[in-house]
Formats: sequence, C-alpha cells, structure tokens
Amino acid sequence: METYFNLFISAVFVENLALAFFLGMCTFLAISKQVGAAFGLGVAVVFIQTLTVPVNHLIYYYLLRDGALAWAGLPDVNLSFLGLICYIGVIAALVQILEMFLDKYVPALYNALGVYMPLITVNCAILGGTLFMVERDYNLGESVTYGIGTGVGWALAITALAGIREKLKYSDIPAGLQGLGITFIATGLMSLGFMAFSGIQL
Amino acid sequence: MASATKELVSKPIADNNPIILQVLGICSALAVTTKMSTALTMAIALTAVLCASNVLISLIRNHIPSSIRIIIQITIIASLVILVDQLLKAFAFGLSKELSVFVGLIITNCIVLGRAEAFALKNPPLPSFWDGLGNGLGYSVILLVVGFIRELFGSGSLFGVQILTLAKDGGWYVPNGMLLLPPSAFFIIGLIIWGVRAWKPAQVEKPDFKIQTAQQSEVS
Repeated sequence: METYFNLFISAVFVENLALAFFLGMCTFLAISKQVGAAFGLGVAVVFIQTLTVPVNHLIYYYLLRDGALAWAGLPDVNLSFLGLICYIGVIAALVQILEMFLDKYVPALYNALGVYMPLITVNCAILGGTLFMVERDYNLGESVTYGIGTGVGWALAITALAGIREKLKYSDIPAGLQGLGITFIATGLMSLGFMAFSGIQL
Repeated sequence: MASATKELVSKPIADNNPIILQVLGICSALAVTTKMSTALTMAIALTAVLCASNVLISLIRNHIPSSIRIIIQITIIASLVILVDQLLKAFAFGLSKELSVFVGLIITNCIVLGRAEAFALKNPPLPSFWDGLGNGLGYSVILLVVGFIRELFGSGSLFGVQILTLAKDGGWYVPNGMLLLPPSAFFIIGLIIWGVRAWKPAQVEKPDFKIQTAQQSEVS
C-alpha cells in the first residue's frame, strides 16, 4: 500500500508530467486561458490516462514484450518494436469509445468535455505516461496508480496555470512578452515551485 | 532555388517559427535541451520524420477520405517514428537511452501532425518536402539555441567537451545549476520569444486589456 501511495504522490507532484517533463505542453498553453475550460480538459485527461496506462500495460505485458507470447507457443517472439503504433492506436480508440459512451450514457459530462476529447489523442502527456510505464517496468497495480497520479498532476498544473493567466491579463506586460512569452515565464516559475517537492519520500 | 521554394524553407525559421509563433511541438523542445548532443539528435530525428511524413501524406492526399484522415496520418507518422527509434537504438544506443521516451513522443509532436494537416494535405509532394524541411529547421534552430545556452552555462561544456573550466576542477567557472533543471527551459524560451518579437514587432500579440493613461481634469 505504501509503495502505491508513494508512487501516486511522486506522479502528482515530484514528477509532474507537465512541469517536470514538459509533456502535453501544446494543449497546456493553448487551453489555459480560462479556469473552467482548463478544469474540463484536466478531468478528461485524468479519465483517459487512468484507462490507457493499464490497458497499454496489459498489451505490452501479454503481447509485445520479449517472450510475452509464450502462452501462445511462441516463446522466441519479441514484438516490442511495434509498441509505439499499438499504444497510439489504443489511445485513439479509447478516446473514441469513451466519447461514444459518454454521449450515450452521461450526456452532461459529454457536453462539458466534448470539445476537448479529440484534442486528447494528440496530447503527449497520455502517450508519455504509457511510455514511462513501459520504460520503468511497472506492474498492473502500479500502472493504475501511475495513470491516475499523472492525470491528476497534469489537471492540477493546467488548472493552476489558468488561474494565474486569468489574473495576468490585467497586468501591464512589455509588448514583446504579451501572451505567449509571459505564459512561458509564469509556467517556469510554477515549475520552480514544483521543484520544491523533489526528494519527498513517504 | 526558385523563390517560392526559398520562401517555403526560410519562412518558418524566423517569420513563422513553429515553436515560438505557432506554439507547436514544445514538449520535446524543452525536455531534450540540457545537452547539445541530445538536442541535435532530436532536431535531426524530427526534421527527418517531418520531411518524410509530409511527402508520404502528400503523395496519397487524393486518396484519403477526410473522415479518417487523422488516423491515417497518425499511422504513417508512427511507422516513421518506429523506424527512427530503431535506427537510433541500433547505431546510437547511448543517445537513444538519454532521449528515453522523447523519440517516441515525436508521434504526438504537434508540428508533424500540424504540418500534415495544414500543408501536406493540400499541396504536391515537392513543396511539402520543402515545407517540412523549413519547419524542421525552424524547430532545430530553437532547440540548438536553448541547448547551447543550457549546456554552456549549466555545465560549462559543449557536445560534452569542456569549454569553461569548472571551479571544482581548479578552474574559474562556477556552473549555474538551475540551467540544468526544467524551469530554466521555460525562461529561456520566454526570453527568446521576447527577443524575436522585439526584432519583428508584427508578431506581438494584442493585450486583452489596455491600460488607460490617467487623465487629470483641471479643477480650478
């Protein structure tokens, strides 16, 4: 239990995908003008991340890994080079399925998230989470925890940045820094703040 | 070179840079720039994938039904990235370990998909190639500038060769450790944006609110 909790905390704060690994930056900077929209996107990312990391873990573990096909009588087959194309396929498919599912059964949530769903397919945070899971050899329980943790961390970061940007628009910024420039510097400062969490172990 | 070709290649480098103006492909630009060697590898890898994907997508642009174009583009890009990834693993294993997941993340690098959508789907293969090259170079320039600053001042070296002798080795230079940490990349890109926009004022964004100059009314 403790290792899971530790992993969760480190995925949310210490190794925050957005602020420590710069993943999902494009959407991070584009959709962080308003807190409401940013929060909606954050929730969608938590959703997808929680699903994709474990699913990709199963695919990697039972189909792609070196010797994974032993159960099918093919112990010498190593399909791990097909990883990238499988993961991106899974992500695209899951986003589609979730979109249809929400449309049918939870229309309120669908209407809230609708616009942001397709954006998630090309969000590097999602693919990045999966790739880190493979690289670090997490087991199924750890992948679930890591998926939730990274999703929550990303959502936290984008919501916080949106809060800062809502206030920023009232400030007097030099012409060249207006917009994108100041957003980068604000994100840098936030990332500096998150560095303070590094080294925290439970 | 014909002038149209020249424009396609040179425009994305300063006037319409993918990173600092189109805000595409920032993730990897920030993460791999602690060293020149990783930045250069990443720049070459991305430029190669971008040129190849633009050409391939442009070749089949008249046969792709628009409703499933995204998944076709992603599949093409993913196959190219797998190729690059395997090549790196075979010939530069150390570098590919250092780049860790970021080679794979070229798939979701918005520059590649963005250029495919915006340019390759509407233009013949040759201009698409030049467009890919131009945008790849625009990306590479930013990456190399950031990598140069971070490696030179963060660890006193370039491509792993010691340029400034560090204080701990009996030299004079005390390295700025913050440049090796993630936040510095944000600051450097922010400042580059400021610099470029001071040079080319046409890129400056309009503020949401204008600050009114106070008007003093005469009371007599």
